[in-house]
Parts: sequence; C-alpha cells; structure tokens
Amino acid sequence: MADKIVRVNMSDLSTKVEAVPEEWQGLGGRGLTSTIVAAEVKPTAHPLGRHNKLVLAPGLLSGTPAANSGRLSCGAKSPLTGTIKESNAGGTSAMMLAKLGVKALVIEGKPADDSKWFSLHVDQDGAAIREETEVIGMGNFATVQAVIQRLGDKVGVISIGPAGEMRMAAANISVKDPDNHMRSAGRGGLGAVMGAKRVKFISVAPTDGKVEIADPDAFKAANRTFAKALVDNPVSKALAQYGTNVLTNIINESGGLPTRNFTSGQFEGHEAISGETMHDIIVARGGKPKHNCHKGCVIQCSQIYPDLNGEYKTSGFEYETIWAMGADCCIDNLDSLAEADSLMDDIGVDSIETPVAFGVAMEAGVLEFGDGAELCRILREEVAKGTPLGRIIGNGAASVGKAYGMTRVPVVKGQAIPAYDPRAIKGIGITYATSTQGADHTMGYTIATNILGVGGTLDPLSKEGQVELSRNLQIATAAIDSTGMCLFIAFAALDDATCLPALIDMINARFGISLTADDVTNLGKRILKTERDFNLRAGFTNKDDRLPEFFEEEPIAPHNVVWDISGEIIDSFWDF
Amino acid sequence: MRLTVKLFAYFRDNRFKRQDLEFPDGATVEDIIRSFDIDLKEVGVTMINSRHCVLDQVPKEGDQLAIFPAIGGG
Repeated sequence: MADKIVRVNMSDLSTKVEAVPEEWQGLGGRGLTSTIVAAEVKPTAHPLGRHNKLVLAPGLLSGTPAANSGRLSCGAKSPLTGTIKESNAGGTSAMMLAKLGVKALVIEGKPADDSKWFSLHVDQDGAAIREETEVIGMGNFATVQAVIQRLGDKVGVISIGPAGEMRMAAANISVKDPDNHMRSAGRGGLGAVMGAKRVKFISVAPTDGKVEIADPDAFKAANRTFAKALVDNPVSKALAQYGTNVLTNIINESGGLPTRNFTSGQFEGHEAISGETMHDIIVARGGKPKHNCHKGCVIQCSQIYPDLNGEYKTSGFEYETIWAMGADCCIDNLDSLAEADSLMDDIGVDSIETPVAFGVAMEAGVLEFGDGAELCRILREEVAKGTPLGRIIGNGAASVGKAYGMTRVPVVKGQAIPAYDPRAIKGIGITYATSTQGADHTMGYTIATNILGVGGTLDPLSKEGQVELSRNLQIATAAIDSTGMCLFIAFAALDDATCLPALIDMINARFGISLTADDVTNLGKRILKTERDFNLRAGFTNKDDRLPEFFEEEPIAPHNVVWDISGEIIDSFWDF
Repeated sequence: MRLTVKLFAYFRDNRFKRQDLEFPDGATVEDIIRSFDIDLKEVGVTMINSRHCVLDQVPKEGDQLAIFPAIGGG
C-alpha cells in the first residue's frame, strides 16, 4: 500500500489523507516526528494549546519482517520540558500503521467545545473521528478492554489514562501489546498533549496488507544476518533471563545507583529488588521470565511478573521503574513495586518521572522514604483522581520541588534524571545535559561504554572523552530511533561488525535505495540539529544544558565525587 | 590473601552470591575467575572495590571483587 500522511484536525473535526512530501520520504520514526514538529509547530506555542501537534510515526522498517522493528514514535512539543520531544514504545500499533501505509498520523488543533471527548479510528482509508463517553475517566486497562469489545482483540490501541485526560505533565501514551497490556511512550508528558486534543484513544484496524519491499531476497538475507547478530550477542541472553533489571546490581556495584533522592550511589536493599531476585520470584510463582512486547522481537527483555497467588501482576517491569521506586524511594520490596508499576500503567503516568517526583516528595516529608503502601495509596487516591497533591506529583519531579521549596531536584530541562548518577558516571551526565529532550538516558546511553564494557571502555569517573562518547551515541541513537528498531539492537551493533551493515542493507532492500553508513550517520546528525534548532527558537540557550547545582556541590558515596565538567566542555558537544 | 568475591546473574547458578575466600598471594583476577570454572569468554565486567579492573590485576588483602557476565539494559 502506498505510504501516506494522515491528518486529523481536532478544531473542526476533519480528517484528510495526503501524499508523502518528497523531503519526508527517507524518514521514519523519530526522524519524521521531529521533522514534522520542527516544520509545523510554532516553537513558542503552548504545548497544551491548539498550535501544538501530536505526531505518531512507525519506523522505516516497521511492518516488515525485520527483527525488533515494532517501535512507535510519538512526537510533539513537550509540556514537561518545553522542548521538542520524541518518545517511543513497543506494542502492536507501529506494525499495523505501517501495513496500512500510514507513514505518520498528525493530530492538530483542539476542539473549541472542551466538554466533549473523541476517539480516532485509523484504517486503510485514513482516519475517522467519533465522540466518546463510555471510556472517559477509565484507566488504560479498562479502556483497552472496551475497545476490544467493540472492535475485536486484533485491534491496535493507543490510549491515555486519567492522567492524560487531566493533562498532567508526567502523563504517557500507552500502546497495547500482544497480550492487551501496556507499553508506554513514557517520557515528556505526551499523554497530556493527546488529552489536550481531547482524544482518549486511537484504534488501528487490523489488515492483511503488507509493507512493500523493493528487493525481497536481499531483505530476507540481511534480516537473517541481523537477527543472528542479535540472538548471538551475549547481552541478549542476560536480557531475556533477567530483563533490564539485570542492571540494578551492577550499577549499585559501580557506585552510580542514585539512592534516597540522589543522596547516595549505593542502595542497601539492592539485592532484594535486583534482576536476579526478580527472576527467582517469577520462576517460583509460575510467571514468565521472558516475553516480547511486539511480534518479531528476538531479545524478549519483558516478562510476566505474577503476584503471591501466581496471578498476572505486571509486565515490562523495567530497571528504571524498579530503580526509581526501589533505590530512589528506598522501597526494597518487589511486590510493592509491581503494584505501583501496574497502577502507573493504568493511570498512564511515566514510571521514571512519577517515582522520582515521589523521591523529592519523600525528602519534603509528604511521605516516608520506604513507604510503598503510601506511595500506592497516593497513586490510587490522589494522582488517579486529580486531587491537588495528585496533580503536584503527576506534574513531575520539578513540580514537586517547586511546590515544597526543595533544592535537591534531579531534573534537566524539567525532566527527571533516570537511574544513573552523573557524578559517578560522567558520560551520562553529558547526555542528560545536552539531550534535546531533557534528562534521558536513552538519548545517548554511555552506560554501555562507561560501565558495561560494550563498544569499548571508558572510565566512568574520568572527565576525558565523555563528550565525544555521548555525541557519537546520540547521533547513532537518533538514526536507530528512525528505523523503528528497539534501541537494544545497539548492544549488538556496538560490538558485532555484521549488525549495522545488515540493518542498512534491510533499509536499502525495503526502499530500493543505496544508503551508506555515512548517510545513516548524517541522518542522525541532521535529526539532532533539527531538534536543537527547534529548542533554540523556543528560547532555550546553552545555559539550559546544565545539571542541577547540587550535583556540583554534594559529593556522592562511595566514590565521593561531584559533577565537575565545565559548561565550556559541555557546550563543545555541539561542535559537529 | 582473603577477598570478598561477589558473583552476579547466571554466574551465581550452582555457585554463590557472595563469599569471603582465601587466595594465594599474587593471584590475578583471571586466576580467581578460573578457580570458579567460569568461562572467561562469558565475563563482561570485573570490578575491585567498585572500580573497573582488568584480568591481570592483582587484588589486595580485604578487597571486594565483583564478577559479571556480559549484560545490558536501560
């Protein structure tokens, strides 16, 4: 099916289908969402106003048989950071949109009558808008069940929970996975943008259509090589067995595990929340240590985590989530964390931003460090219901810091810093500072080289080489985020010489083109510069590319180090 | 010399999580790994006292040695 751009205007409730402009044809995923947002959204627009646009785009290889290619990119101006934003998730929708020929779905405008809610249905003819009442106020799980009742269980669902409806800045966008659970485009409050457009959910019609492949034989051969590189990579083995939470113990050992609202680099309760313990609990209770969030994933880092009775409790139970509630909030009980994870999926809030906000609230005395029951009560009774406290927390860590007058507020450009302390792992500090999207480890995952010995080694405590490491990874990541590939392909790509060429061969075979490795690098550079240019036009300067002051002044144990990379060195990141 | 050895992920299978053990003076990180029948090719990261170390490094009395397979996540 020929690719198209589907536009939905929520101001006049109209939809249209357009041909893909020439200059967007080589783009997908993040490359396309950021290009459209930068071209069409006024940088000074209010993120929740009618001038912002929410753009959803499958990657260049989504919908093909390429392994691990099912990521959906969501882009807009972020209500959390005020910067451009791309956040991506697994689930079934990216593949389905690609098979329908939808290169991007662009949701524009805002209804003048803000008493009404709507849904969108996307099929081969484009999009249709429908008024909604039944599902309004529902959590994501009930919303998905209601849509399945209407449209069958093969339907794709992209939804927001109550947090998105209330336009909280930590609200995420959820994407239904093959088991009708949630995968989340978590960061940057894009659920609030969807809520501001009054769209509760987007359903995607199942199709028998296939993505056209220009050279099927070459594609098949390249995919075989690519999938083999992923499967053979030793990192994949540990990811399947322990999930991303395999990191808790190694980051703790390195002294870079932010603990008790970023006041220590090691957590006494690390073993109780570790991937090793989680694996044993899952096996003992009859759950599944490995599970895929989309068809075609050969790594299977997700899992089914059961409760004490062996019933499903949560999946996609990630290191970041477990760190944030575990070490940062000092809750050393995986069942408490699983309960909170499930609540956050249902309410539709980012499971990094929200627990980091709780960590600041704990320091402020709103609740005690370690009180998992109270954290869950606040999620259920305050955040989900939109009480004043719930809204303060649901608007993120910076919001809590401001409301309670705190100075130890771990955010960059308003977005919570994730699970690696930049004082003890300096490369990631460069990524947090310079990322076009606020603090985000996935933008340039220097942990690979600083800690894990992937893609070489670089001392995490040294100031040398960190800017170059972060730059190279941020460029490569921007390109990978455009392919629809899961970022975990990078572990193979960094160390297996067959992986990246096979990926490029697949793109070439898909489109009948002849990209080189340099072309892909240039694509990554162009995306970063497009995003930064948007931010500069929105009013950001190099002074925003800085970490919070407390990192420079409070040494962190066990290494007793501070953040000591100068502004001038940080700014050299952009010398390319 | 007496060391605290910590094993992680599947290196713990049929071994241990953490033990205080005696090793001959001058034993390298590699010697210690071999003493546990761990395949060197599977070793991803080693740390002494929370700092990365190399295989021919020699730990000192009282050091903590952590041994990880190749892992990733994020």
